[in-house]
Amino acid sequence: MDTVLRFLTCGSVDDGKSTLIGRLLYDSRALLVDTLEGIERTSRRRGATAPDLSLVTDGLIAEREQGITIDVAYRYFRSGARTFIIADAPGHEQYTRNMVTAASTAQLAVLLVDVRQGLTAQTRRHALLADLVGIPALAIAVNKMDLVGFDPAAFEAVVYAFEEFAEASGLRARRHYIPMSALLGDMVVERGEHLPWYLGPTLLEVLERTPVEDGAREKPFRFPVQWVCRPREATDPLLHDYRGLAGQVTSGTIAVGEEIVVLPSGRRSSVTAIEVGGVPRERAVAGDSVMIRLADDLDVGRGELLVRADEPAPALARTLEADLVWLDPAPLAPRRTYLLRHGTREVQARIEAIAWNLDVATLERVPAHELAMNDIARVRVKLAQPIAADLYEALRDTGSFLLLDPATWDTVAAGMIRGTQ
Amino acid sequence: MIAPRTHLDRLEAEAIHILREVAGQCQNPALLFSGGKDSICLLRLAEKTFRPGRFPFPLLHIDTGHNYPEVIAFRDRRAAELGERLIVRSVEDSIARGTVRLARPDESRNRHQSVTLREAIEEFGFDCLIGGARRDEEKARAKERVFSVRDEFGQWDPKNQRPELWRLYNAKAPAGGHVRAFPLSDWTELDVWQYIAREGLELPSIYFAHPRPCVRRGGLLAPVTELTPAREGETVETLWVRFRTVGDITCTAPVASRARTIAEILRETAATTVSERGATRLDDQTHEASMEQRKREGYF
Ligand SMILES: Nc1nc2c(ncn2[C@@H]2O[C@H](COP(=O)(O)OP(=O)(O)OP(=O)(O)O)[C@@H](O)[C@H]2O)c(=O)[nH]1
Ligand SMILES: [Mg+2]
Repeated sequence: MDTVLRFLTCGSVDDGKSTLIGRLLYDSRALLVDTLEGIERTSRRRGATAPDLSLVTDGLIAEREQGITIDVAYRYFRSGARTFIIADAPGHEQYTRNMVTAASTAQLAVLLVDVRQGLTAQTRRHALLADLVGIPALAIAVNKMDLVGFDPAAFEAVVYAFEEFAEASGLRARRHYIPMSALLGDMVVERGEHLPWYLGPTLLEVLERTPVEDGAREKPFRFPVQWVCRPREATDPLLHDYRGLAGQVTSGTIAVGEEIVVLPSGRRSSVTAIEVGGVPRERAVAGDSVMIRLADDLDVGRGELLVRADEPAPALARTLEADLVWLDPAPLAPRRTYLLRHGTREVQARIEAIAWNLDVATLERVPAHELAMNDIARVRVKLAQPIAADLYEALRDTGSFLLLDPATWDTVAAGMIRGTQ
Repeated sequence: MIAPRTHLDRLEAEAIHILREVAGQCQNPALLFSGGKDSICLLRLAEKTFRPGRFPFPLLHIDTGHNYPEVIAFRDRRAAELGERLIVRSVEDSIARGTVRLARPDESRNRHQSVTLREAIEEFGFDCLIGGARRDEEKARAKERVFSVRDEFGQWDPKNQRPELWRLYNAKAPAGGHVRAFPLSDWTELDVWQYIAREGLELPSIYFAHPRPCVRRGGLLAPVTELTPAREGETVETLWVRFRTVGDITCTAPVASRARTIAEILRETAATTVSERGATRLDDQTHEASMEQRKREGYF
């Protein structure tokens, strides 16, 4: 069976994230000749003797000029039966929102730590954000071991500090610690010769062995309606009354004949057909994009959610308790109304209260009246209309939301639902 | 038992999801269809997305006037088979209007497509353009969101992209601007060929190996046509070649190949050591950041 692992690299500025991805691709022979030649040319022009592998992902003009990553670069490679979708995230605090973008879809985070620096505020922030969005596995890459003479004590010090931090902040992810030199390649794909005292897996081995099953099929069925197909072909008897509800099954399974409930209206019907491009199927499972037809001619549209009548239903909520990451340069204006996107549904929303704002350095929950970019806060959101909400830990797609600014339509915050009323 | 989903199944389902978000969120989208392999995949995906209904958008082609006739014929035939509306806007017309000025009459018109595209966006009031670009194509594209915001001049600002989380795509166009949607963002060249094979998709003939007069230029093969004659001192050879990507004649190079079936192309693609653009783009060789600069100017 072919599997896919989506992972990101994160951590503080200059800890070696981009170099690591370059090294991983280079040592896996996943770089094509012309890409490599381009990197060698650019490196030489800047007076370097060896190719600078961070240029594999730092592809923007501004990134190359400043030697930093600004936005996420995506890269693809295969190793054995597994496809990897890599997101190389920026470490700079200013670009935290781009890291969050990459983290939201990742199944594993490679968190880099410069062994000389240890944990910085940004290392902690990225670890907390990875945990907040629920990434189940964390590979802590203790990098630049070459600069401390590959000293095991220096590695152990970082492991100790991170474990202490993980305990204090209640991090839930499975953790692997790997000493490495992204620059020289030790413990990335090859074991190298400098770390004989480390007996654990290389980074690539960790990536290859990380389980990817998310169990989404075993969870309750959820189907946000994206679009309604009404061909209205007056002359074709088959299409005359056709009404297909188009969407992607975000969790669970559905089969022809099963009873469903439409939320938030609560109307019931049963499934008469499941189709892809007009071709019928017996059932659909989490991840499938299909068209569903119902026995009754209900007026169902975008923004409504189908669930199964024989499974636990989500709560119809007008108030949400949520963890919010503020992503916009303009701070939260508590009196303003934002547009909340939940699945395919959009409702007006206001932040009614801020329970706390997390101080990343001290892990203290600080009382707050405003939120600025990169803040991580627990808030209460008041909605103009109800949404059918799940908890984020249980069901990611129906447990998350965005806030959009109605003046610009920019995405200003991302929310994870922790409670409903 | 439910059959396990393959990587292609997952890519397909995600692409359909993205196309439906366009349909659900945008007022007036269009799908860019060039007759090339990526946009041929897009059309199949659109069928799986919207049938038995019609596509909720027209197809749009920006024609440089310097395309291979096989590709243009294929474009027209495919649109007709699907029964969907095809809008063609030409760089020639922009030249006639004076909005595009060529420095030399034989200059490549590839870059000027951005102007004609912008004019088409204004003429029809499109708020979203669906394109077949993939992140594996080029280092600037590797940085782009699935839904990418453009300002009123069609410009991409890579330093100021919207956050894009989970599957919650924000397709809302900013005031005066529009968005571009890329359903094939996570597809690789090999995925595209595997999808073409799996779905049995038809392609313009120049994707398969055929004899063609060429010259060797800057490490690439340049096709010899009326538009692109051999330069002084170059020797014209008739070689077996195929195109890995089709675009403007003046800047797209074929590769040496004997692959005459999809299966043979798949074998070559899996074993290739040169990227799609590196092997084929006469225009990207000039500068390290050519693609980013073109994108900033409103290129696809
Ligand atoms: N000595 C040594 N230097 C390294 C190692 N890994 C990376 N570097 C160097 O550290 C510097 C920063 O590397 P990058 O890969 O650009 O760092 P980054 O984490 O991607 O930086 P941002 O994305 O901007 O946060 C470069 O000069 C690298 O050559 C390593 O293992 N050993
Ligand atoms: Mg970087």
